[in-house]
Amino acid sequence: MGSFCALLGPNGAGKSTLVSLLTRLLVTSEGAIHIAGHNLDKSPRRALARLGIVFQQQTLDMDLTVNQNLGYFAALHGLPRSEVPRRIDAALDKLGMRDRANEKIRELNGGHRRRTELARSLLHDPAVLLLDEPTVGLDAASRRKITDEVHDLAKEGLCVLWTTHLTDEIRDADNLLVLHHGKVMANGKAGDVRGNLPLAEWFLSRTEDSK
Amino acid sequence: MTSWPGVMRAIIGREFLRFIHQRERFLAALVRPLVWLFIFAAGFRAALGLSIIPPYQTYITYETYIVPGLCAMVVLFNGMQSSLGLVYDREMGSMRLLLTSPFPRWWLLFCRLLGSAIISILQVYTFLAIARAFGIAMPPLGYLAVLPGLLLSGIMLGAMGLLLSSLIRQLENFAGVMNFVIFPMFFMSSALYPLWKMAESSRLLHDICALNPFTYAVELIRFSLYLEFNASALLWVLISTFAMLALAFWGYDPARGQTRVKR
Repeated sequence: MGSFCALLGPNGAGKSTLVSLLTRLLVTSEGAIHIAGHNLDKSPRRALARLGIVFQQQTLDMDLTVNQNLGYFAALHGLPRSEVPRRIDAALDKLGMRDRANEKIRELNGGHRRRTELARSLLHDPAVLLLDEPTVGLDAASRRKITDEVHDLAKEGLCVLWTTHLTDEIRDADNLLVLHHGKVMANGKAGDVRGNLPLAEWFLSRTEDSK
Repeated sequence: MTSWPGVMRAIIGREFLRFIHQRERFLAALVRPLVWLFIFAAGFRAALGLSIIPPYQTYITYETYIVPGLCAMVVLFNGMQSSLGLVYDREMGSMRLLLTSPFPRWWLLFCRLLGSAIISILQVYTFLAIARAFGIAMPPLGYLAVLPGLLLSGIMLGAMGLLLSSLIRQLENFAGVMNFVIFPMFFMSSALYPLWKMAESSRLLHDICALNPFTYAVELIRFSLYLEFNASALLWVLISTFAMLALAFWGYDPARGQTRVKR
């Protein structure tokens, strides 16, 4: 059921604009966006309720604890109060963050902050998970870990859209959308798209030519 | 999706926690009116002769006169600071988090406004307590009666800040807001001098002051502190509040606002 779709594009390809559209920070007059079957324009509340988001910029309150940050988000999504502690524990467990629940965000390293945001994006049990360049600024180990974790989430049934400009985060079995100058340049299984070339080389050859 | 009050509680709670963690900001917000009260007013009292005007029933010192204006100033600065916070939040992304909540945007923004108005009120009461400790006292019940006026003024000025924040493209422009919005609004009001004094100098300035919604926020606070009801002030503040709210929500409509702001 789940799938991992990587949205690959060089800087300036239009990834961030697309993310803003998908999260309803921007609205377009043309076309329609459906999230888990709900039209974002016509029933934004239902659509947004099914969408989990990890933004490129960090959106945690530095002086609040992991628990407080997640609790704030749970309330923003109108989750029943009685369920919130259980959901927070479950989300933190999933990402191995439970023992840090009472630490302030300021005291966490970049990788743990990102995992907190990932845990937060899962709290309301979304059908679709959108991650906007979630590995920016992380060291290699954290990057690998987050990439693996989100691939696992896709295996468990989540529909993941992962934007990136780094080819090594994409696996052959992933769906791949390549965005360049605001247009879809390729769409298919990453393994099929790259053919015999390593993905990094394929990507460079295609995006450099047309620059 | 039934928990509208839950959203309000969470947003106000977050504002409150942020406020507690920013003690410097609290002190700065408190020092400003105190400087006006104990230094400016002390120097100025001799220069300005006040006649007896409502709601006062006897001659008052200049310090007593400017206390309500300074209360309004605290609310004004806090509302603007909170709008600065919104621009910052938008750049840092936490505004995005708020706006992607499935609850209607106007409700999210309103809760945020209410949160910052409550923080302003805490600051005002601290200021009033200090003033009282130095002998500038209001009728005891006035401290309670002023609460609705403070809340309404807080929402009005917060909504004005919200509207500005939807128009400001960058954080740096905030200095411009200080010069072109906060100071003119403050000085062209009855906060520091009664409007009839202004009329003696310039009819035009007096008329501008008489249109300034901040003047009415000051008067609403002044009259309620003395347990008197000022219907025209209340009406002006109510109308301004609704107008500012409507414009601010319009400014944050996803179909515009962010589109223009982002580029």
